[in-house]
Amino acid sequence: MDRRRFLVGTAAIVVVPLGSASATPEAMAEAIRKVVGDSAVTESRVTLDLPPLIENGNTVPLVVSVESPMTVADHVKAIHVFNEKNPQPNVFSARLSARNGRAAIGTRIKLGDSQKIVAIAETSDGRFWSASADVIVTLAACLEEST
Amino acid sequence: MRALHFGIGLAIIFAASWAAAQVGADKRRSGTQDMGEALQKMQDDDTANPGMLFVQLGSQSWAKKAGTADKSCADCHGNAGTSMKGVAARYPAIPKGAEAPVDLDGRINLCRTENQKAERLPPESRELLALEAYVAHQSRGLPIAPPADPRLDAFRDQGAAIYRARQGQLNLSCAICHDDNAGRKLAGVTIPEAHPTGYPIYRLEWQTLGSLKRRLRNCLVGIRAEPYASEAPEYVMLELFLMDRAKGMVLEAPGVRP
Amino acid sequence: MANVLVNAPKTAKRGSVVEIKALIMHPMETGFRPGTMGKIIPRNIIERFTATWNGTEIFDMEMSPAIAANPFVSFFAVASESGTVGLRWTGDEGFVVEERVVIAVE
Repeated sequence: MDRRRFLVGTAAIVVVPLGSASATPEAMAEAIRKVVGDSAVTESRVTLDLPPLIENGNTVPLVVSVESPMTVADHVKAIHVFNEKNPQPNVFSARLSARNGRAAIGTRIKLGDSQKIVAIAETSDGRFWSASADVIVTLAACLEEST
Repeated sequence: MRALHFGIGLAIIFAASWAAAQVGADKRRSGTQDMGEALQKMQDDDTANPGMLFVQLGSQSWAKKAGTADKSCADCHGNAGTSMKGVAARYPAIPKGAEAPVDLDGRINLCRTENQKAERLPPESRELLALEAYVAHQSRGLPIAPPADPRLDAFRDQGAAIYRARQGQLNLSCAICHDDNAGRKLAGVTIPEAHPTGYPIYRLEWQTLGSLKRRLRNCLVGIRAEPYASEAPEYVMLELFLMDRAKGMVLEAPGVRP
Repeated sequence: MANVLVNAPKTAKRGSVVEIKALIMHPMETGFRPGTMGKIIPRNIIERFTATWNGTEIFDMEMSPAIAANPFVSFFAVASESGTVGLRWTGDEGFVVEERVVIAVE
């Protein structure tokens, strides 16, 4: 079999299903506004850890951590994660306190497509901090009958 | 005591370098090696590997009485940690009194119908996958060791023939992807060598655990061939061939795959 | 039967920070996927995961359909005193699962 026929043949397998409902960058901005209100958001202190290339969007490991002493006087109160292309912009919202000792949360998320992910942290002084990541989601090969 | 520790330390170093030398000699790659670091970590950590939820479920089923014989797996087989060790590494095999080989789920269902006098568990059902995962997990870390049963040869040869035959609208064989083009990219995905080292696997695409049969069916659909019926003997023949091709590779069940 | 895997240390030094990891079997059906007959499969997700230490809430997470099937969550806690960490998942269709682990603080 020659290389071209192989590529032509296999490329046809990867048909992208088009989603109907979808969040948008605007919907994400709106969801973020609901959390932060009119406060300024500083792009600092937050680390968003995702694999550089995502092998399957159904289960994407993600860790959000925030630099903070996590004392009663100075700690992270909340961590929120948003996305711009899933059907809904919210991924999760977690509440923390000095009882956590470290402001870091790990979980696994679904990503319908390559897109931007934003994490926002609220500290006990009422300020907001953020980090964002652009992720590339590759499609799995050889799926089953569409269900 | 210190000398003993030193000795053990040396032994570990030698074992590790011996293993590294083996890897150097053996060019075969498990699908694990084609995954990114995040997924490898997910597979290796038992409290992060979602397949372990099924292993836990399987350990509960193992002890549960079933059927009119009112027997559990444990009533006959005792502690799976000893009785099932190495079993997954040598399947498919021909059961006593039978003429055709069965895979691990086939064997579990034979136990259900013949010994427990219970109904068969449906293919890809959670209970069957959980039991399969629990049994396979007992062989984790062991090399794949197909039995030296000459009656298997004909079935294995048929599996090899299926592996090499072109089929489907795309006119591809298993071998074209997984031998000739393994390691290259299919869209963004690295084509693996197709060694059945991790079954049943937690495939992220499925968002659940699944059997080798389900994976083979996905391949067939991928090349637009008609998949064999759900419990067709072709799957067992292919598995016999693939397990022989992966002989000596280490079992990782339950594997995580994209 | 609840099918949960929890990873937390059995013992911890007083004041140290420990990591707690929890994995639970759940489909996290988004409510956006069509089923075999083209009809949308109804949403069935875990909406909330909370953790308590001797009854006091130490962690609370609101989940969305974007959390992957068989949800995994890891977080940290200060080992303040010996006791029980209670984990609770609640969601659609009356889903409630509770799990406890005991941590001895020295």
